[in-house]
Amino acid sequence: MEYILIVISAVFVNNIVLARFLGICPFLGVSNKISTAGGMGGAVLFVITIATIVTYLIHHYILIPLQIEFLQTITYILVIASLVQMVEIIMKKVSPALYQALGVYLPLITTNCAILGVAILVIQNEYNLMQSVVFAIANAIGFTLALVIFSGIREQLDLVDIPEAMKGVPIALIVAGLLSLAFMGFAGIVR
Amino acid sequence: MNQMDNFKKGFFKENPVFTLLLGLCPTLGVTTSAVNGLGMGLATTFVLVMANAVISLIKDIIPDKVRIPSFIVIIASFVTIVDLVMAAYLPALHSQLGLFIPLIVVNCIILGRAEAFASRHNFVASVVDGLGMGLGFTMAVTLLGGIREILGSGAILGHKFIERDGMLIFVLAPGAFIALGYLIAIVNKINAMKAVKAHASAEKDQTQ
Repeated sequence: MEYILIVISAVFVNNIVLARFLGICPFLGVSNKISTAGGMGGAVLFVITIATIVTYLIHHYILIPLQIEFLQTITYILVIASLVQMVEIIMKKVSPALYQALGVYLPLITTNCAILGVAILVIQNEYNLMQSVVFAIANAIGFTLALVIFSGIREQLDLVDIPEAMKGVPIALIVAGLLSLAFMGFAGIVR
Repeated sequence: MNQMDNFKKGFFKENPVFTLLLGLCPTLGVTTSAVNGLGMGLATTFVLVMANAVISLIKDIIPDKVRIPSFIVIIASFVTIVDLVMAAYLPALHSQLGLFIPLIVVNCIILGRAEAFASRHNFVASVVDGLGMGLGFTMAVTLLGGIREILGSGAILGHKFIERDGMLIFVLAPGAFIALGYLIAIVNKINAMKAVKAHASAEKDQTQ
C-alpha cells in the first residue's frame, strides 16, 4: 500500500516535470516527436534508478559515518557524471541494441536536474532503500508520461496557425502550463 | 569587444532565460514571488562569477580531457558555500528555495559559460561576463517572480495592494509555465520590431 502511494504521488500528484519543475530542459528540448520522447524516457528510467541506489548507499555508508554530509552536492554530481559515462560504456559492450536505442540521450542526462533532484529528495524524505528505488522508478515514469503526452500535443501544434512571436518555445510553455493544470486535478488523491 | 558590451550582452541580446533558454528549471520553480526570484538570481550570480574567475585562472593547468569534471567540481564547491552560508544567515529564504539551491550545480548557464567563455578568456573578461550573465538571469527571474506575485497574490514585494486573493493559478505550477510563455513571446515581439526598425533605417541610409 505504501509503495502504491509513493507511485501515485510521484507520477500524478507531484509530477516531476509539471509540479516540481525538474528536467525542464529535456522536456522542452527533445519533445518534438513521440519516438524520441520515449527513448529519452527510457534512458532517464535507467540512469535515475541506478543513480538513486548508488547515491543512497554512498550517503548512508560513507557520508554519514564520516560526518561529511555537507559534501552531498559535490559527491552526488560527480557520482552521477561518472555513472552516466560508465553506463554508456557498459551498454555499448553488453547490449549494442539498447545502446542504439538510448545512446544518444545518455550524455544529455548528466545535466538533467531530475536525476540530482530525485537523489536529493530521497534523502530529504528519509526513505529506506526499497522506497527510494520505487520513488526513483515512479518519478522516471512520471517524466516519461509528461514527455510523451507533451510531444504528442507538439506534433499537432506544428500544423496550427499561431502568431509569429508565439511560435516555438512560448506556445510550448503555455501548452505545458495547460498540461500542468490538467495534472492538478490529481491533487488531493494522496495526502 | 570592450568590457561594457561584454557586461551588457547578458541583459538583453543574450539573456540566458529569454533568448538562450538556459536554466529554466529554477526560473520556473522558485519564482513564486519577486523576493524568491531575486534571492535565487543573486545566489546563481555569485556562483557564476566565482566559477568563471577560478576557471579562467586555472584553465591552462587543467588537462583538456578532464575539463568538464573539473569545472563541475569547482561549481559544486561554490554551490556548497552558498548553500551553507544561506542556511546560516537567511534560513527563511533557504527553506523557500529548498531543493533548487543544490540544483544550481546543474544549471546549464553556469557550466555553459565556463565551457564557452571562461575557458577561453582572461580573468577580467570572465568575471565581467559572469556578472553580466548572472545579473541578466537575476533580472529575468525577479521580473517573472514579480509578475506572478502581482497576478497571483495581489502583492508587490510582500506588500498586498488588494483585499482578497489574486488569481491563485499564477502562484501555482501552471502559472509559472503560462507567465514565462507570454513573457518570452513579448520579448520575441520586441526583438522582431527592433529588427524591422534596423532594417528600415539601413534601407533609408542606402537610398540617401
